[in-house]
Amino acid sequence: MRYIPHTDDDIRVMLSRIGLADVSTLFDCIPKALQLQRDLDLPPPLSEPELERHLSNLAELNDGATMTSFLGGGAYRHHSPAAINQLLLRGEFFTAYTPYQAEVAQGTLQAIFEFQTMISRLFGLDVANASMYDGASATAEAVLMAARLRKGRKVLVAGSLNPSYRAVIETYTQFGDLELVTIPFGADGRIDRNALASMPVAEACAVVVASPNFFGVIEDLAALRAAVNGDAIFVVSFSEPLAYAMLRPPGACGADIAAGEGASFGLATSFGGPYLGLFATKKEFVRSMPGRLAGETVDTRGERGYVLTLSTREQHIRREKATSNICTNQALCALAASIYLSLHGKAGLPALAKLNRDLAQTAKAKLTAAGAALRFAAPTFNEFVMRLPRSAADVVAASRKQGLIPGLPLAGLDGFDDRDLLVCVTELNTTDDIDRLARIVREG
Amino acid sequence: MTTTHEPTLFEKSRPGRTGYSIPTCAASASDLPAELARETAVELPELSEVDVVRHYTRLSQRNFGIDLGMYPLGSCTMKYNPRINEATARYSGFAKLHPHTPPTQAQGALALMHELQNMLAEISGLGAVSLQPAAGAHGEMTGLMVIRAYHTKNGNPRKKVLIPDTAHGTNPASSTICNYEVETVGSDAHGGIDLDALAAKMNEDVAALMITNPNTLGLFESRIAEAAKIVHDRGGLVYCDGANLNAILGITRPGDFGADVMHINLHKTFTTPHGGGGPGAGPVAVRDFLAPFLPVPAIVKTANGYDWDYDRPDSVGKVHAFFGNFGMLVRAYTYIREMGAKGLAKVSAMAVLNATYIKESLKDVYHLAYDEPCMHECVLSDKGMPGGVTTMDIAKRLMDYGFHPPTVYFPLIVKGSIMIEPTETESLENCDRFIEAMKEIRRDAETNPDMIHEAPHHAPVTRLNDVQAAKRMRLTADL
Repeated sequence: MRYIPHTDDDIRVMLSRIGLADVSTLFDCIPKALQLQRDLDLPPPLSEPELERHLSNLAELNDGATMTSFLGGGAYRHHSPAAINQLLLRGEFFTAYTPYQAEVAQGTLQAIFEFQTMISRLFGLDVANASMYDGASATAEAVLMAARLRKGRKVLVAGSLNPSYRAVIETYTQFGDLELVTIPFGADGRIDRNALASMPVAEACAVVVASPNFFGVIEDLAALRAAVNGDAIFVVSFSEPLAYAMLRPPGACGADIAAGEGASFGLATSFGGPYLGLFATKKEFVRSMPGRLAGETVDTRGERGYVLTLSTREQHIRREKATSNICTNQALCALAASIYLSLHGKAGLPALAKLNRDLAQTAKAKLTAAGAALRFAAPTFNEFVMRLPRSAADVVAASRKQGLIPGLPLAGLDGFDDRDLLVCVTELNTTDDIDRLARIVREG
Repeated sequence: MTTTHEPTLFEKSRPGRTGYSIPTCAASASDLPAELARETAVELPELSEVDVVRHYTRLSQRNFGIDLGMYPLGSCTMKYNPRINEATARYSGFAKLHPHTPPTQAQGALALMHELQNMLAEISGLGAVSLQPAAGAHGEMTGLMVIRAYHTKNGNPRKKVLIPDTAHGTNPASSTICNYEVETVGSDAHGGIDLDALAAKMNEDVAALMITNPNTLGLFESRIAEAAKIVHDRGGLVYCDGANLNAILGITRPGDFGADVMHINLHKTFTTPHGGGGPGAGPVAVRDFLAPFLPVPAIVKTANGYDWDYDRPDSVGKVHAFFGNFGMLVRAYTYIREMGAKGLAKVSAMAVLNATYIKESLKDVYHLAYDEPCMHECVLSDKGMPGGVTTMDIAKRLMDYGFHPPTVYFPLIVKGSIMIEPTETESLENCDRFIEAMKEIRRDAETNPDMIHEAPHHAPVTRLNDVQAAKRMRLTADL
């Protein structure tokens, strides 16, 4: 039992100093009738070599993990520079606790402060929190925040929002008095502005639009903001933040909140988690924000330092009146994103964004030449919907035989049929990969 | 820990430097329409790779972690993080697995999750588990939603949740998200829930009692079965906050002492790292009759292997974009498989032994709030400390001895509380060193209290001004 240091002698010494005869008497405060009179029924313990064998066998059963892939749809395959993982594994970071005791947590706190700075600059908003669970819950928290700030009880939600995010908003709001109303999207994949004009904006506390949306399509946020023209909190949700290295940021387009997924910045896809909820807003709303914030201050000598601040909003002080119930957040994931953003920097992030879009544009052209049709004409970032010449399930099956995952079939989603496929292209795909995919689409 | 100041990334930035390396692209380029394009580049720092590596290495040196020493945080449970967990979670078959991978090509991940669910069900004594919640408080919210959905299905969602005054702040906050009113139940003279108060408050408007057991005073609620009966008799459910599950592994099970729903903080009990505030993972376990209300998707085992099941009409819905913090699940699974049944029971025994040892060694030196047999943590206080030395002073002075401070000023019912949880991964020598440091602080409080008021003396910074941080509100660096 290598994680427990106690020798038999240690145990004897400790028991004698506290005046107990036996370890089992430590549990005398638990009524006998409530004590489990047997061992837990668990598989037998494994040594480290056995664990490695067992876990690597399980990992290898996931043959989808190592295939050439065009999967996106809310999680994006990006390269993570080697420096990130090595820095994350420094024990002072990954074995640290929430930085309540600021004097011995300056590393975490400064990293969070810098994370807040980079995220707020990326989205063109004044403040960002110190990370949340994932893009879906960050978007749901944005809706709850809007409901605290505004009287309207309707929430207008883009039909092009990631369906999982929509589902999480539904879960978070199901017991309150909010009503979700869907904003339809048009034939080009963008929000139908004529339909929006007739929606009950005056009764809404929030308007949630997605860009890039679930179909990879980029919205004209400034035009949408102008069209909404009401008191509702305008929320921009996204799951591919890399796009904002080249897109006009939500803040510059008049958004009140930008909420989304940050996993693209250096995190593993890891079957969907842990990921990184991003959340940025205007300064005037800072006291209604969910989650944690780090702030700059000074110590008794006047030296600069950092602390968690404005925590009177939080659950450990305000309890049932808190802005959210969040306690544990995703600080280590935020640290990974900070390292990622500082490595790529001012020149690298736009270059990477451009590479993603250029490759995706190439894929669009090659797949169209192979007989598929673009489902939406509006501009996209690094993913797009193709209508294939035959069923997407056939293409998935044919691709699997050739060690490739062609994308995410959209059958079952409102307005899509069994030939629609969401294809995502990142810097991890080569033009050869794209040619292989085009060949499968053409020839099966 | 290094005490020299570290400039920000932005202060270190120099125009023209870069740390990136990306493929060049022979692909066709096409410009975005001008109204969509960013006009100026994001003001990210410009740094070479070595600048970035040094920056974060130096920041790490201004941090305390378990790898540097003892972290006796009551109710937060900071135990050693085994390195094999980090290795297995990074196997490419797990780390590179995309969440939209067809289930037939992700059978290993689904098998691991299915098996972990079964193990957590056995450990908790409850029948069904969802791994989706991303943190303990997220699990609380999910569990309360399950309770609300159940009562709603039975015709009345009810209005209130009863919460003992020793509870974590997340309990009332989570209840509010589920649109419940919170009513507080007091404690008795022994630090347990006051059964008379509970009985008086329990009625058909109460959806659940939300209780932590062992509670946040570190005491086992020995009358928990009676409390559960009071709640069940009036149609309510018992929610057990699983924060302190690590004290009772293999000794007793929440399902056996009357809980209907609980969350399990994998980062507290099953050695997944907190990482400066997460990621955590907060699976929810429920009795079989509540299984239909758990989040979607559920994992099902079929003749052809494992699959996702979204067709669960009574479900509370989705709480996470995908399936929860899978990487944390791999770590917890690795740990449970290493320990086995006897190993987990020993975890609890040694955690309780360490806490009892510290409590007995310090109870003549510091005020002990409740002189009762403790579980994995004990609560002292600053009552009677000489020299005007407060709990916060003691906490800051402990830093000078190389310890992270314990949890302070919680639970709220003990004024000036100091909540100590050594965990099972601390040796006798480490416990002795901690006890000795606490005794020296007490002695110094008598002779040189100013020195303690001014602590820490050897941390990267001296005491920080929280008030100024809130007043000036500097939340981002200047350009």
